Amino acid sequence: MSFWQSFARNRGGVVGLAVLVLVVLLAVTAPFLFPFDPWDTRGAPLQAPGGAFALGSDMLGRDVLAGVFHGARVSLFIGVLSTVIAVAIGVVVGALAGYFGGLVDELAMRFTEFFQTIPSFVLAVLLVAILTPGLASVVIAISVVTWPPVARLARSEFLALRHREFVEAAVLSGVSHVRIIFGEILPNALTPLVIMGSLMVATAILTESALSFLGLGDPNRISWGYMIGAARAVFRQAWWLSVFPGLAIFVTVLAINLVGEGLNDALNPHLRRRTGP
Amino acid sequence: MSRVWKPFAFAVAALLLATTPGAAQTPQKGGTINSTLWPEPPGIVLGITLNAPTLLPSSKMFEGLMTYDFNLQPIPVLAESWTIAPDGLLYTFKLRQNVKWHDGKPFTAEDVAFTFNEFLPAVHARSKTTFERVKTIAVDPHTVELRLKEPYAPLIRSFDALSAAIVPAHIYKGSDFRANPVNQAPIGTGPFKFKEWRKGEYIHLVRNDAYWQAGKPYLDGIYYRFIPDSASRALALETGQVHLAAQTDIEFVDVARLAKLPNLKVSTGKGWEWNSTISWIEFNHRRKPFDDRRFRQAVMFALDREFMRTNIFFGLAKVATGPVQASSPFYEPDVAKYSLDLAKSAALLDEMGLKPDANGVRARVKLLGLPYGELWNRVSEYVRQALGKVGIQVTLEASDVAGWGQKFANWDYDMVVTFLSMLADPALGVSRTYVTPNIRKGVLFTNTSGYSNPEVDELFAKAAGSTDDAVRKQLYSRVQKIIATDVPVAWTVEIEWPTITSAKLHNVTINGFGPNDSFADAWLEK
Repeated sequence: MSFWQSFARNRGGVVGLAVLVLVVLLAVTAPFLFPFDPWDTRGAPLQAPGGAFALGSDMLGRDVLAGVFHGARVSLFIGVLSTVIAVAIGVVVGALAGYFGGLVDELAMRFTEFFQTIPSFVLAVLLVAILTPGLASVVIAISVVTWPPVARLARSEFLALRHREFVEAAVLSGVSHVRIIFGEILPNALTPLVIMGSLMVATAILTESALSFLGLGDPNRISWGYMIGAARAVFRQAWWLSVFPGLAIFVTVLAINLVGEGLNDALNPHLRRRTGP
Repeated sequence: MSRVWKPFAFAVAALLLATTPGAAQTPQKGGTINSTLWPEPPGIVLGITLNAPTLLPSSKMFEGLMTYDFNLQPIPVLAESWTIAPDGLLYTFKLRQNVKWHDGKPFTAEDVAFTFNEFLPAVHARSKTTFERVKTIAVDPHTVELRLKEPYAPLIRSFDALSAAIVPAHIYKGSDFRANPVNQAPIGTGPFKFKEWRKGEYIHLVRNDAYWQAGKPYLDGIYYRFIPDSASRALALETGQVHLAAQTDIEFVDVARLAKLPNLKVSTGKGWEWNSTISWIEFNHRRKPFDDRRFRQAVMFALDREFMRTNIFFGLAKVATGPVQASSPFYEPDVAKYSLDLAKSAALLDEMGLKPDANGVRARVKLLGLPYGELWNRVSEYVRQALGKVGIQVTLEASDVAGWGQKFANWDYDMVVTFLSMLADPALGVSRTYVTPNIRKGVLFTNTSGYSNPEVDELFAKAAGSTDDAVRKQLYSRVQKIIATDVPVAWTVEIEWPTITSAKLHNVTINGFGPNDSFADAWLEK
């Protein structure tokens, strides 16, 4: 059975993928459909949805729909980039720990635990506050707080694969540690890491939204979290300002989770056998 | 008036009085009110702490020699009367005789002399410079003399509780003022006494039965409750759990909604004459292109301040025309005007040689936002978009309150959003932003922009040293015309702070201090 066939068996995964493609389309088409600065005043302030603006306008007369489209760019960019960085850090730390064991393992795991003992969101807020709010600092903060579980997973995979015959053979034939780690073991440990990474994108988007909601996002880039944070003062006057970006976050995060589940089903061989005909 | 008509006229008059709400009603005694207070103040002794939330509770416990009416003219409080020598070098105050401290000891001239000579110069950041010019002598138990080396016009507007609250000499003399244990349970002369401060919950003040104004205060007590969220504060007002909220307690967008409720009264602007807040975008004149007056004028022409007034401040503001607030007796309306004019703005930038590049950008600058909540974020966002229209590309710098103060005070900014109180006299609240001697690195609310104009310096100095109000008015008019043309800072709006009270709470706003008055006259309708 091909990957696509087994992925297609999970209905949720397919729906999630469709929605995710739609969100990516929002991000890609934003500069063409709304070829203006989403921060610009486009009309009368606080217009209800369905009038001059499909999703209404905010207190400065900015188009909410344009904000949702442009906001998708920031959310996806930060979600994907910070996950890539977090997975990279986690894989390196976990691989070293699992492959070498002993003192290296001890040091790497104590280092990981150090990060796990601090509540991750508090640490993220602290990091952004110290680094001054901006796109780069948000990405760094999210990566720094999300890599430890990746490291733990990578370590356990490496521990399990470290003494398999193909690894022993590579060691005996004198292949360097680096090539064994990245060339031999990592490809075999990739599946659970990919699944975990896909789910982490959703967490990263949520964290970015929460940071922006608290006013710790990049003040020069519109994002969904920022839109909700800015709208909370006028919630009783203009519900649409918080509801639409809120829906965007909800739908995107749900879609990514569904896709992650789908990937899990498709890539996990045990599960495939269990659910197979 | 004939005999027949007279009783009828009285009846009509009585009827009219009875139907006029508020002012004409006789105050009723009793009742305890709840007020919001946020954030929780770091201390409640006026002078030792001066944060905005300190003022509300401590102005009920402490009094000054005077207070000031809506036109910032003096009203006697602890001073019964005063005379000023024609040369402006000697002020003589007659003090009230029957005033007692909350611990029962009599209030005398010694207390005033101690406060002015020792206490204020040591602790009061703002009034320090005023009272360092003055030598105060207790002539007899109820007379003090203030002697000056040179005339200082704003002195007569420096005796309110917020600027010079009188503290008890028998408690503070010889002690470490800031560490005195009495600071935890202050002793003043005011209409309300300290009862309890439950950290994180409330400050409770109770009626001072021995208050010098017989029969006052009317209220039995006041609770200042710490409610951290503005939506909860609005809800507490709506449901009647709280009787008073003011200034920044309620989001501006919510004020109009609350004003429509029958159980609430909202007044805006009135009662904030002493506080008079002007907001502006400050330029760092040490950096290009802000050193060029044409650039600063171009910024003024690019801002639609009427739009800001309506959509950011939700009408609780008026467009600022210059450095002095419109309610000041020294205000000069006839100055250079800056209404939205993008063509003029672009022409000024062209004239400077700032031509648009391929992307239409003439200059790239940074704007440090004021981290005081959503409203101020909107100001930064609006300024960025508005200046972008004339080719000034603005990048917003985010920061926390401490970072904002740090960067601003140390001149580490291009442009910054700020606001400041203009106080009772231009020599106290206005000149500090514009005069050369007040360029002090590291100190907030000084001449941080680095603007320097010898003519402006001289006019401000002359006006502060003159005791003739007509002469002062002329000098201030001239200086306002010069400053409005130079645009050292881009004034946006004068904020009209709201005071929101229960419809049953009366006499909250009776002078230029609004809710920061002593509340001796405030009363609650049953």
